Amino acid sequence: MTTDARIHVHHLTRVEGHGDIVAEIADGALKQARFAIVEAPRFFEGILRGQAYSDVTHIASRICGICACSHKCAALKATEVALDVEITPQIEALRRLCFHGEVLSSHLLHIYFLAAPDFLGLPSVMPLIGSDPDLVRRAMRLKQIGYDLAALVAGRHTHPVAMAVGGFSFVHDPADLLAMRERLVAIREDLGASAELFATIELPAFERPTEYVSLKHPDRYAFYDGDIFSSDGHRLPVRRYREAIKERVVEYSTAKHASWNRDEYQVGALARFNNNYDQLHPDAKAVAEKLGMAPPVHNPFAITVAQLIECVHCVEDAIEIIDELVESGVAPDAQRVPVEPQAGTGVAAVEAPRGILFHEYEYDEDGKCLSANHVIPTAQNLGSLEADMREFIPHIVDQSSDRITHLLGMLVRAYDPCISCSAHMVHLGER
Amino acid sequence: MDKRMVRFGNKPQIAFFDFACCEGCQLSVLQLEEHLLDMLNHVDVVTWREAMSEQSNDYDIAFCEGSITREEDVERIRAIREQASILVTLGSCASGGCHNDLKNQWPMAEMLDLVYGDMAEHFDTIPSRPITAVVDVDYRTYGCPVSLPEFVTVVKRILTGQRYEPPNQPVCVECKLNDHLCVYEKGLVCLGPVTRCGCGAICTQFGDPCRGCRGLMDAANLEAAVKALTREQAHSIVRRVVERYRFTEEEIEAKLRIYNNWPELKLEESVANDD
Repeated sequence: MTTDARIHVHHLTRVEGHGDIVAEIADGALKQARFAIVEAPRFFEGILRGQAYSDVTHIASRICGICACSHKCAALKATEVALDVEITPQIEALRRLCFHGEVLSSHLLHIYFLAAPDFLGLPSVMPLIGSDPDLVRRAMRLKQIGYDLAALVAGRHTHPVAMAVGGFSFVHDPADLLAMRERLVAIREDLGASAELFATIELPAFERPTEYVSLKHPDRYAFYDGDIFSSDGHRLPVRRYREAIKERVVEYSTAKHASWNRDEYQVGALARFNNNYDQLHPDAKAVAEKLGMAPPVHNPFAITVAQLIECVHCVEDAIEIIDELVESGVAPDAQRVPVEPQAGTGVAAVEAPRGILFHEYEYDEDGKCLSANHVIPTAQNLGSLEADMREFIPHIVDQSSDRITHLLGMLVRAYDPCISCSAHMVHLGER
Repeated sequence: MDKRMVRFGNKPQIAFFDFACCEGCQLSVLQLEEHLLDMLNHVDVVTWREAMSEQSNDYDIAFCEGSITREEDVERIRAIREQASILVTLGSCASGGCHNDLKNQWPMAEMLDLVYGDMAEHFDTIPSRPITAVVDVDYRTYGCPVSLPEFVTVVKRILTGQRYEPPNQPVCVECKLNDHLCVYEKGLVCLGPVTRCGCGAICTQFGDPCRGCRGLMDAANLEAAVKALTREQAHSIVRRVVERYRFTEEEIEAKLRIYNNWPELKLEESVANDD
């Protein structure tokens, strides 16, 4: 029984970026619980001012090394809105394909390399290289196909080179798409083995219902496009995002916190799973059923499981996109539309692997950036994460201090925080 | 003995560290997959916060990415330098400069105010600089993200006690050798003529211009490059581009600044301006 404990995890491991867990228990009662983002801020919204629109999208992808394709696409879409550029269905299909590559690589990095060691009682994946090399090679194959799929579409996964405002700077070869299709078909077996592994894992029993926010699209499980949707029953077009998302600065964090209808909300794989379950591929739903996941799921530790279910969806949907592209042919004249600079403002949202991501840009008549704003998934999740910590700690307060520290680390990791992204936002005031 | 010529009897202990950056270089290293498993036969990774909970301050080789943008990070990189026999910088943020340094064009107080408003006093930021501007570095790798073949080469050189001199030709050399279409032909402005090669010209391979992420090569003739893109008597291919964009010198300089500390933008001066 822990009646008094001060927990301070400096620079939590196996997460992207620098964050500290701070929790204080006195006389068996919780005094405080925080996840402080201590990442050095990089001021992207400041440095983008004055840059040409084509360089804005280049620099914006550098916000994150894991979800560079998401940042790139959010910047491309927002810029295309501002410059009144309408892309072709072919360009959109290719971008959606790229998203699947990024989601696969990002989720599988998290599932196997960051989160799985917690479930297997290991400090990292390193000991498995000797003890279970098959598992490590499977994890690497899975992650690699995500990188390769994104690179096939965008030239490179980190950072994409071939995606430009108005389309692509090269024409994809259907033979390459078909070769990737074969690999995607073959990888089903590895995903099946991953589902088997997860079927043996018991998540910490904890539930805290909250507001789940994601994109929602009329026709498909949303990654690339859709409206802003809340599980509390609200739906807004993306251009009105400032009416929904309110950000505030907290003094212990270089990332801001966000709220909508409640004090906090959750974004990411579990929010998408809860909001858009019906649109998942049937194979993904089958894995969900096998793993006991029926929406709504309120256990934040299940975010990792939702990621695995999404991986199955992404592989199947990628195969379908490739089939459509190969059947219609990749037409060179539909690969890029002309772009002329003009004054304007554009907002766009995508579902990055970690959740809904907003980019907004204002350009002058020469296409130079006047202002920029980014609302990052990990920052939006911080309120929900801390609310979970406050509610979870009383459940585990009878355990040893080391065990509490371990479980809190697991909880933070479940959110798959991407901290580099989160630490550089501009004040989101009323317009 | 030259520090960079250390020969390791046992498997050297290596550590990864990151400063202000996107962590894309570490992520790229993780993409090496099979190479990485090979590498692990020759080194012991003892600290890698992003990938492992095991930690040790007893390491021989430190791989560091990111820019130095806070006083506390100056202290941190100095402590790493103190411990490591060999310090390797990963990628452009650490090795020569990147877009993080763009913020140095404005007073730090303005940047803090823009992002954190009336809570700005709680946050610390200093003008951004590469790790190479703060401590001595034994090996540098370039690119945004780091060029993986260069990373592998550097690891091999370290393990066999050899130096590594980064290539010092323009990206145009690799672009021509790989038979890519010159993007000036497509009417785009490319920084390939003044940028250090070693990337395989991956951007022009996919039809995108070089934005100079590997930094300027040592003998880059910047004055000529700027003139060529702003003058009437530019080369015929360039002239079409120049006429289309009607660039000013400032605009060309702005493009060069994305990954380069423009010579006029001296770090000392921007620090002085901040005080």
